[in-house]
Amino acid sequence: MVTNLETSQQIDDAGIDLETKTLLEMYWQMVRARRLDERTWVLHRQGKIAFHISGIGHEGVQVGAAMALRRGYDYAHLYYRDLAFALVLGYTPREWMLSVFGKEGEPTSGARQMPSHWSNKKQGIMPASSPVATQVPQAAGMALASKLRGEDRVTLVSLGEGSTSEGDFYEGLNWAGVHKLPMICLVENNIYAISVPMHLQMAVPNVADRAPMFGIEGVVVDGNDVLASYRAIKEALERARSGGGPTLVEAKTYRPVPHSSDDDDRTYRSRDEVEEWKKRDAIKRFETYLLDKGILSGDMIEEIEGRVRLEVDEAQAAAEAAPYPPAENALFPVYAPADEA
Amino acid sequence: MPEVTLIEALRQAMDEELERDDRVFITGEDVGQRGGVFRATVGLFEKYGAERVIDSPLAELSIVAVGIGAALAGMRPICEIQFADYIFPAFNQIVNEAALVYYRTNGEYNVPMVIRAPYGGGIGGGLYHSQSVEAFFAHAPGLKIVIPSNPYDAKGLLKAAVRDPNPVMVFEPKKGYRLIRGEVPDHEYTVPIGLSEVTRKGDDLTVYAYGMMHYYTLQAAEMVAQQDGIQCEVVDIRTLVPLDKETVLNSFKKTGKALIVYEDNRFLGYGAELAAILSDEAFEYMDGPIRRLAGPDVPGVPFAHTMQDFFMPSPEKIAHAIRELAAY
Ligand SMILES: Cc1ncc(C[n+]2csc(CCOP(=O)(O)OP(=O)(O)O)c2C)c(N)n1
Ligand SMILES: [Mg+2]
Repeated sequence: MVTNLETSQQIDDAGIDLETKTLLEMYWQMVRARRLDERTWVLHRQGKIAFHISGIGHEGVQVGAAMALRRGYDYAHLYYRDLAFALVLGYTPREWMLSVFGKEGEPTSGARQMPSHWSNKKQGIMPASSPVATQVPQAAGMALASKLRGEDRVTLVSLGEGSTSEGDFYEGLNWAGVHKLPMICLVENNIYAISVPMHLQMAVPNVADRAPMFGIEGVVVDGNDVLASYRAIKEALERARSGGGPTLVEAKTYRPVPHSSDDDDRTYRSRDEVEEWKKRDAIKRFETYLLDKGILSGDMIEEIEGRVRLEVDEAQAAAEAAPYPPAENALFPVYAPADEA
Repeated sequence: MPEVTLIEALRQAMDEELERDDRVFITGEDVGQRGGVFRATVGLFEKYGAERVIDSPLAELSIVAVGIGAALAGMRPICEIQFADYIFPAFNQIVNEAALVYYRTNGEYNVPMVIRAPYGGGIGGGLYHSQSVEAFFAHAPGLKIVIPSNPYDAKGLLKAAVRDPNPVMVFEPKKGYRLIRGEVPDHEYTVPIGLSEVTRKGDDLTVYAYGMMHYYTLQAAEMVAQQDGIQCEVVDIRTLVPLDKETVLNSFKKTGKALIVYEDNRFLGYGAELAAILSDEAFEYMDGPIRRLAGPDVPGVPFAHTMQDFFMPSPEKIAHAIRELAAY
């Protein structure tokens, strides 16, 4: 059984000073991402959609990190697990549903890409591809641009722990270190890359242990603790904005579902391990915390769940009713016209 | 002879080569306990252990480079790239290293390794799980490239690739992994690298294809035979490099008309070279334009099925192109 980390059942709120409204927004965003994701699995089981790659389990770190950003100002170069992250930045359940159905009007790629390839200029979401880790050195370029322009904008780039094996990761963080770039590299460590466990990916116990080789800060955080994740990213943002350079933030988490709808995780890990991790689920933990603090009540949970269900229902209905893109859309756009130079 | 799927034939080839030669080992992402994301190596980890079926870190450059190094040091690696679309981090290692070692050492060192990668579209994989990459590598002398279209060839070519003293790339039509079935003999055999095959006899025109497009071409040839009385000859290229020019040219000399089918982008795809060879070396036999049916020149195979179908050649589109050429 793979257990390289000990996450507790607690929420670590040391130094956190957030309004009730913000705490409830965090909770709502986590629940919203989870229910949308669960519905997508249902659609896949019903044979209505062909593919799903899920963010279930990662909501804590993603919502915590996204809420710490200056939304729409900071750049976010995300990866396929980041549904909750994208939703916080302004992506909508309706857009998601258009994407999983491959329907006309899908905003990130015109249904050219598989789902989970985020892109939205207004929201500061950079255009994602599928080859893993390519975004890391690109993020260094984005951070370089901010530095050259004298802005205090920060670029956050995310990827999985397995993807840190690619050369792109090292080359990107090396640039970030050499030029003290305003950048955060967030590694969502769920201890598997499809079937390959972390110990076959690296010989160090923490991804963040590699930070010294780039001359940058390295931080390990409990990714199933939304407030601890928020704090870690907040601190890294402050460092970056004040010229202190990049931070490698490693969030320890778990993916309690298969890698994607094409995967069968029973071939490489035990049910006991998965069940053990479900006990540390980020949403349950935060919910208990909010209930204990008297910020949340049973009635409020019911209200939030109802609101989320309605939004997901409407999103699904809209996507099911939408047409498929015209076939000839395959032919463009290939080259940007001169006026976009 | 037992009938198996194309992917099972590949699995058998690797099993038999691991059994036959201690120097053979497999590496790639998820090839171990998971048996590969397509299950091409299923059971081999259990049978040969973690030292010979090695789950690599998620890093294609090093999957290939470690293979090159091991080959230079006397081993016979089989390196799996999970999707052909993800081979590009290793491009430098393949085209500047594996392809060049024999030449640059004046024949002192050679690189006996196999690089396997599933390729091709039509599976709802979108821009990054659908690519055909053979033309990039066919352009680099020093590499051999095979693309099987059926289980018999898949097994025989992969076994031949393992035994070849050169770097051999095996691109596998993933859409056909479980769709294409065929007989594979119980006894030991290989299919020689460097030979194309006439898989259907006909006099009216020749259709050249490989991989999934060959499978579709045979279907299209049946359609036009029954519906239009057109008799196509079909050539399965099988080995893209080194090309079996004799088989390719002989068929053209007989029919005088050529349709070349490939699912890669049309411009500078592998079929462009075939067309150039035919017009150059069999000009006097030409009885019509040398035609190509290929993917459009757009950056990828889109995800939405309407656009994907628009991109992909199909038996119907091939039949249509055959009719047009036959009428010329
Ligand atoms: C360059 C490249 N190689 C292989 C793949 C296939 N692939 C997709 S996701 C994945 C595993 C990624 O694992 P990790 O980085 O840990 O992220 P996680 O999925 O666990 O969040 C692999 C091998 C890919 N997308 N890109
Ligand atoms: Mg992972």
